[in-house]
Amino acid sequence: LLHTSGSTGTMASGMQEKQYTPSLLSFFIYNPTFGPREGEEEKKILFYHPSDVEKNEKIRNVGLCEAIVQFTRTFCPTKPAKSLHTQKNRQFFFEPEDNFWIVMVVRNPMIEKPNKDGKPPTVEYQEEEILDTVYGAVVRQCYSMYKLFNGTFGRAVEAGGVELLIQKLEKFFYRYLQTLHLQSCDLLDVFGGISFFPLDKMTYLKIQSFVNRVEESLSLIKYTAFLYNDQLIWSGLEQDDMRILYKYLTTSLFPRHSEPELAGRDSPLRPEVAGNLLHYGRFLTGPTNLKDPEAKFRFPKIFVSAEDGYEELHLIVYKVECPIMSVSSVSFLASVELTRDFCEQLDSLVGPQLTLLASDICEQFTINRRISGPEKEPQFKFIYFNHMNLAEKSTIHMRKTASVCLTSVHPDLMKILGDINCDFARVDEDEEIIVKAMTDYWVVGKKSDQRELYVILNQKNANLIEVNEEVKRLCATQFNNIFFLD
Amino acid sequence: MSEEHYLELCENPVQFENASSVNNVFFDEANKQVFAVRSGGATGVVVKGPDDKSSVAFRMDDKGEVKCIKFSIGNKILAVQRTSKSVDLINFIPDYPHTEFTQECKTKNANVLGFCWTNWNEIVFITDQGIEFYQVFPDKRSLKLLKSQSINVNWYQYCPETSVILLSTTVQGNILQPFAFRNGTMSKMSKFEIELPVVPKPAKLSLSERDIAMATIYGQLFVMYLKHHSRTANSPGAEVVLYHLPREGACKKTHVLKLNTTGKFALNIVDNLVVVHHQSTQTSLIFDIKLKEPDCAVNTHQPVLPARSIHPYRIPLSGPAVVPSQPPPLCQLYSSSWSVFQPDIIISASEGYLWYLQVKLPPTVNLLQDKGKLMDFLLRRRDCKMVILSVCSQILEGGEKGSLPVVATVFDKLNQVYKEYLEAEQSYTVAMESGPSRGSAAQKRPVRTQAVIDQSDMYTHVLSSFTERKDVSHKFVIAVLMEYIRSLNQFQITVQHYLYELVIKTLVQHNLFYMLHQFLQYHVFSDSKPLACLLLSLESTYPPAHQLSLDMLKRLSTANDEIVEVLLSKQQVLGALRFIRSVGGHDNVSARKFLDAAQQTGDQMLFYTVFRSFQQRNQRLRGSPSFNPGEHCEEHVVHFKQLFGASATRSKTHTM
Repeated sequence: LLHTSGSTGTMASGMQEKQYTPSLLSFFIYNPTFGPREGEEEKKILFYHPSDVEKNEKIRNVGLCEAIVQFTRTFCPTKPAKSLHTQKNRQFFFEPEDNFWIVMVVRNPMIEKPNKDGKPPTVEYQEEEILDTVYGAVVRQCYSMYKLFNGTFGRAVEAGGVELLIQKLEKFFYRYLQTLHLQSCDLLDVFGGISFFPLDKMTYLKIQSFVNRVEESLSLIKYTAFLYNDQLIWSGLEQDDMRILYKYLTTSLFPRHSEPELAGRDSPLRPEVAGNLLHYGRFLTGPTNLKDPEAKFRFPKIFVSAEDGYEELHLIVYKVECPIMSVSSVSFLASVELTRDFCEQLDSLVGPQLTLLASDICEQFTINRRISGPEKEPQFKFIYFNHMNLAEKSTIHMRKTASVCLTSVHPDLMKILGDINCDFARVDEDEEIIVKAMTDYWVVGKKSDQRELYVILNQKNANLIEVNEEVKRLCATQFNNIFFLD
Repeated sequence: MSEEHYLELCENPVQFENASSVNNVFFDEANKQVFAVRSGGATGVVVKGPDDKSSVAFRMDDKGEVKCIKFSIGNKILAVQRTSKSVDLINFIPDYPHTEFTQECKTKNANVLGFCWTNWNEIVFITDQGIEFYQVFPDKRSLKLLKSQSINVNWYQYCPETSVILLSTTVQGNILQPFAFRNGTMSKMSKFEIELPVVPKPAKLSLSERDIAMATIYGQLFVMYLKHHSRTANSPGAEVVLYHLPREGACKKTHVLKLNTTGKFALNIVDNLVVVHHQSTQTSLIFDIKLKEPDCAVNTHQPVLPARSIHPYRIPLSGPAVVPSQPPPLCQLYSSSWSVFQPDIIISASEGYLWYLQVKLPPTVNLLQDKGKLMDFLLRRRDCKMVILSVCSQILEGGEKGSLPVVATVFDKLNQVYKEYLEAEQSYTVAMESGPSRGSAAQKRPVRTQAVIDQSDMYTHVLSSFTERKDVSHKFVIAVLMEYIRSLNQFQITVQHYLYELVIKTLVQHNLFYMLHQFLQYHVFSDSKPLACLLLSLESTYPPAHQLSLDMLKRLSTANDEIVEVLLSKQQVLGALRFIRSVGGHDNVSARKFLDAAQQTGDQMLFYTVFRSFQQRNQRLRGSPSFNPGEHCEEHVVHFKQLFGASATRSKTHTM
């Protein structure tokens, strides 16, 4: 499958002007302690993308980063440099573990203006268009994702020396970097939030009951997470682990499995029969078809935090998909190597019950839709994030697919949101910022305790007071059950 | 081996002089009195009732062999039958003449089969040719015939609880005709036919009095027919067939109890259970007609429990004969000298004892493996509460720990009954509030039976000790508590705060704060001030609890003062001020509280802002920026002057 990476994503603007979105120039991981002597510099480099770069250039680039970090340390030993701004690109530094550095170099967005008379086009770099917070978060996410599937860097070195770490990094990042879509990263990447599915108490308790029963009868299962479509309902995992697992499920695993169905190529929505019960369940990880005698019962391993460091678990993702557009999936984490027996047991236990629950939730889903009213374009769009439970809600972003995360507003507005977020991060106190954008939109940022709300209003003739009133009204209707200072 | 006898004889039987050649013993089912008549009454009649008050002793003249003897209700009048033509009556009302008077049956050539008292002064004679209903005038020593009905009678039975007399008619005896009596009226109920296993040819009396009994079960009158195993029919054993006898309407065959054996049987009703004694195996079976059998045809019932004998019984010795070292002798159970009466009486005339049969619930727990069925069974029993609670503990702890689906089933069954009671209680309260004039019949306050197991019962006897057990995983503890809360919610029962507290305590103990957070996020725990305060107290170990608590207080909408306190304690003075303004409480709020908090922060501009804000309020409310003496803000005024000068207090141009 051919993959289009962000660097080729271009947008025609005007007649001949060409606009280039930010793209990944290079991504490397090094540890200065692995090659401290002169002539051994290459040993420091654990991973380098693109791999076809000449060795000396790699060494030079790594050396430069090392130098910058060392140099800036003299000013603030506790907070080394996080990014380096240059005209053409921006570099992000991140030290996830002692002496291990991840560096990502992003080319600034640019506009290519053609010149007459066959002269080469003039390139205008938009140095200020990209945000440190957004791409800094992307680097951190890269590490978290690696750690989820491989454990820490240190662990690999301990287990199999630098060789093993290099192998693991190569294997993981070769694929992972292709899925980075730098041009569509925004505020949501900074938050790394979780979208929760709103549910009534009774259905929620039923799900609780279901999860507890499954964990009781299949004691190999240590943790369970329950999702509906792309929204989380229950996590038995700790918050930080869930955050990254959620990211993996919603941006990688689910889209990969839903796209062939959307295309109508292979829609296996035939019910399975377990005992005398019909169900629509199947495994998203592990065996694709239980009835296949050749089926493999291998599940991806992931690492989650435990009381003493990390534990290695198998990720079982099981999904129910009914003909009536409801998708529920449960992720189970089990500790032992899993057998066919176990999978069949799980299938026959979870399949029918989950099918029932899914129809309950689906009902709730339609109720939610009814309450939220007719689907007309509202006067405002918003992003909400709560640092306490990582709950995020966005009416700006459309459905996530494997390749892109679509937003419904202009990138300029997204940039303003990001800027407001940076302002909020600087102070502890509650704040409110109201901005009138060039495009006549009003942008309002509100921070109350640990919550942030960003609203984009499409009322160009409104004045400041009216905008303030409008946001108050929005809080009263959309967020009436939380404490939001105004 | 654990105790398995689930039936027992009562500890204190009614004792009477045993039957002998000189002592005849009679039993009256209406008053539950045993009559020991010595020498036709001449040497004494001793009447023993269920309590001392109903026990009497007297003498009467020996006017021939006594066939039947019964007091009217309240021991007012004694009726004695000595011949087949008449009944003699004796006043027992003080100040009334005590001399006997006699009433002969009205129908010529009829034989009196017996009589029944239906009231203190109303008596029914049953003859082989019909029934005669009389009112007795003790003062006039005469009887007045109220009503009679002529009908061929083979035998009769009487159910005193419902005042219904059942007559066996026709040659085969299997057409039964019930009559109901109430306040001087006699009404004929619809007759019905008992299906005989074999129809004899030529026709002869085929339905024996011994095979029919009447009793009320779950408040309904039933005729129970002991249908013996017939060799020709292809049935594996005898059956008890129940016919429901409604006050009005036709009698219907409703239940069939499968005995799965043959032989001699006797029936009792105890705690709405049908008890079938089987003499040859010396065991008894119990049936619950409300227990649905999924694998049987509708209303066909198998025994609830395996057959067991009545608990061995030692005859209590009394008087000087008691030898402490020697245990009293065992009583012979299922003896052929036993007579069984409805509903729950067993009499051994030869030994002189009357026992009440009782059901012991604890042994049933181990005999009935299906916990759901066990709960259904227990919930309908009278003294069930402690047994039910012990079953709950049993399925949560120890070796017999049940799985979560079992726990859920048990909780659902308990809460179903609990909910029904709450609803009845509520509709009663509503009816009372709307006044007794509304609704014709005065509604009765619902009775709270032992089967109503509420949250406090569960908390005290089961859950609080369960959550403290060290040998149960916290995962199971939380699952069980959530299951209970789920069940309560499913029946729309308001969950008590202490249950939430128990869950929260358990979660906190095991550092499961993220779980707690999710539960609160989905409003699994209903909002309340105590819960919000509990969350506040968790803030030091789990900072997000602060936000959760504030959200909850906000949703309560009656806790604005608390919100202000919380914000002020966090030195969020401006936040508190803006909040109280937004909810419209600014005018009535204590300025002193805010000024104190602002002063404590040491932030001079903050103090300035808050001070000015209240000055503006004062201006708006009273036309002057100064504080009222009652507000006790003098020191703050001084503080303000010290910081910003006297002129600043009067300035109206500065605003923040």
